[in-house]
Amino acid sequence: MNGNLLRKVFGNVGVGRVVGLSSSTLGKGNTRVNGVRSSLAFAGGVAGLKSLAGLQRRQYSASAGETMTVRDALNLALEEELTADERVFLLGEEVGQYNGAYKISKGLLDKFGPKRVIDTPITEAGFAGLAVGAALSGLRPICEFMTFNFAMQAIDQIINSAAKTHYMTGGTVTCPIVFRGPNGYAASVAAQHSQDYAAWYGAIPGLKVISPWDSEDARGLLKAAIRDPNPVIFLENELQYGVSFPVSAEALSKDFQLPIGKAKIIREGKDVTLVSHSRPLNLCVEAAEKLQAEDGISAEIINLRSIRPLDVETIIASVKKTNHLVSVESGFPQFGVGSEICALIMESEAFDYLDAPVERITGADVPTPYAFNLEGLAFPTTDTVVKVARRTLYRKKK
Amino acid sequence: MLARTVFVGFRTANSFQWTKRLLNVTSQAFQSFSKDDAKGEKVHFPGATQSYFTDKMQFIQSIDPISTYRVMDKEGKILDPAQEPRVSEDFAIKIYKDMITLNIMDLILYEAQRQGRISFYMTNYGEEAYIGSAAALDNDDVIFGQYREAGVLLYRGFGLDEFMNQCYSNEQDNGKGRQMPVHYGSKELNFQTISSPLATQIPQAAGAAYALKMSGKKNCVMCYFGEGAASEGDFHAALNIAATMKCPVIFFCRNNGFAISTPALEQYKGDGIASRGIGYGVDTIRVDGNDVWAVFNATRTARQLATDENRPVLIEAMTYRIGHHSTSDDSSAYRSKTEVENWKRLDNPIIRLRKWLENKNWWNEEKENDFRSETRKEILKSFSRAEKLRKPSLTELFNDVYDQPTSNLIEQKKELKRLIEKYPENYKLIKFKNEGNDL
Repeated sequence: MNGNLLRKVFGNVGVGRVVGLSSSTLGKGNTRVNGVRSSLAFAGGVAGLKSLAGLQRRQYSASAGETMTVRDALNLALEEELTADERVFLLGEEVGQYNGAYKISKGLLDKFGPKRVIDTPITEAGFAGLAVGAALSGLRPICEFMTFNFAMQAIDQIINSAAKTHYMTGGTVTCPIVFRGPNGYAASVAAQHSQDYAAWYGAIPGLKVISPWDSEDARGLLKAAIRDPNPVIFLENELQYGVSFPVSAEALSKDFQLPIGKAKIIREGKDVTLVSHSRPLNLCVEAAEKLQAEDGISAEIINLRSIRPLDVETIIASVKKTNHLVSVESGFPQFGVGSEICALIMESEAFDYLDAPVERITGADVPTPYAFNLEGLAFPTTDTVVKVARRTLYRKKK
Repeated sequence: MLARTVFVGFRTANSFQWTKRLLNVTSQAFQSFSKDDAKGEKVHFPGATQSYFTDKMQFIQSIDPISTYRVMDKEGKILDPAQEPRVSEDFAIKIYKDMITLNIMDLILYEAQRQGRISFYMTNYGEEAYIGSAAALDNDDVIFGQYREAGVLLYRGFGLDEFMNQCYSNEQDNGKGRQMPVHYGSKELNFQTISSPLATQIPQAAGAAYALKMSGKKNCVMCYFGEGAASEGDFHAALNIAATMKCPVIFFCRNNGFAISTPALEQYKGDGIASRGIGYGVDTIRVDGNDVWAVFNATRTARQLATDENRPVLIEAMTYRIGHHSTSDDSSAYRSKTEVENWKRLDNPIIRLRKWLENKNWWNEEKENDFRSETRKEILKSFSRAEKLRKPSLTELFNDVYDQPTSNLIEQKKELKRLIEKYPENYKLIKFKNEGNDL
């Protein structure tokens, strides 16, 4: 009962809540191993609260074109794909009558009925297993986890069944399924509700893993994921749901899709490459503006979009141009997405183009604390990114 | 009052909708007040609408044990003629022949493992009567097995060569050499490939059943598992979700007394697995799992409930695992040989059906001997054919991870090709189909 209640409370307070994280000063514990210097983001102070709270509400609208929240982009993609293919159905806790804990499935029950938008009992192993079985039998389920933290209860279904069935049946049985839901850090929900699973799923052959950032990502990649014949992990972020981004006319087309496995350069630059995914890209965008304004540093930003396959070619090409690389994520440092990027760069020709060791910015190596001030210390901030970018370029703070 | 109790603290944009739901729940609950009858006042809480209030405090320790349905006794004699299935001679003989074939195949492959010719095997000894469940299904019904259900495949027409090719993981293995022996699968025969992690197939079976229901087909899913697997969370999740989503699925528990070495009585404290079905609101029956006709009848009726009414059904088939759990197990460490021998001798499902057939004059000693020797020959022939075949092509190492190979897979493949070309003496290429030339 308590678990149920907790989930509900958690689900509700999460919707559209605006909480900023604190600003940072960088920790001193830098280590250098095999040419890679790693920096954990131990941030300090609360001076940056305002600026990040501002970021939450911010609209990333460069032009006067149409804008859309990530939530609406996901909702529309779901609606279109449910309309386009009768085999597609959505299931999970509270996705129907309640419209989803984060309102991603708003209106879908009314439109598609309870056979295709299914409220399940609170049993991740049960509904994820049911979804896998339905996928093996020709349907195309979209399995919503209230958050990816709860998917741990169904991890065997995802890793040992969904990811491996095509291979282990000699290629005769496919498992076209999308597991989606919020991932990564949220606000004031403590360690069991606030962590990034990108590296977990990114390690598994047979899975495709997507981590969208803006509304076009969310829309184009979710549509691609639903149409993909392979099992796809679709890692959303709770704090991004309410953020608005511009969307092009092309992206509003019903057939719009983005290729899975391709990164996007969201800002061109020549001095340093910032590579990131999901919500921490917000920090990169702000940091790049600050670096340009204060230091004249031109930062290039890569939005990975896809964790697996990982578009290492785009990173290599960028490093060859900028000669400096900083990875930015909210996940834990050990065996993280940043670790993999470092390894791939060392194994590639880009290594010879580096003028400084690759820097990793990650979440702190602790379970996410609940207390507001401690939580702020556990994740990177814009200032962390600025500071590390300057360091990798051997610049002093002005 | 109810509203404040249940929904306090829930302030959402959708509070109106909650209120609406709440009103529905409340009005239903209060309707039930008016239904009070001779038994007294009915409970109005939404979670137990069929209950009555009582002023007696009583903890329930047990309910009467669930009976075990049986059609014929150990001697193959029908207990109630009305329960004897009206099947043709051919139909009954096919079931019997498949039980014998399975038995001989187990013997040969078990020995092959002991001789080091295959790496692993699991026998079906003592449980062959589950073939009666396969005989009660339609060929379009989808099977999710655990691992000890080779007889179901045999009944559906999986060829001896297919069994042998899988156990040898040779170039003709449907699974391309990617699975341990006995992890059979066949898309054509609607038999989902066996998956090693225990019990994961149970919720998947509910999902496959949901897919059948959505398609409008009048078919069901049959899901096999053991009483040990029923301790896994997936079993409980599956029964609950199949019941709430009204999935046409039959859960068939082979309660064979042992989960590897753990005896059933240490596996659970309740009345077997069947008692759990009732708790989940699932139609449930316990049968004598060594009585092929009890298994057949129960499955046939279960199938009707599933396909006609979209009701999940649980069948608990009581039996005894005569063989070791697998070739990785030696059961003499935890049970006496005498116990096993007694079961084999006194309650043998194959002998029981044979006696029934002989009573009908459909079978005799001569037919038995002819069929056994013919089958043994066929199996051995197939066995040595499979043993001589090469292993799957090396390219199969990289295929089917995704529908299309990703760039890192292509890279890995290139790397293997480079290494083979550089150090050919270290790769016994002649053992593989295409000898590495298709890399």
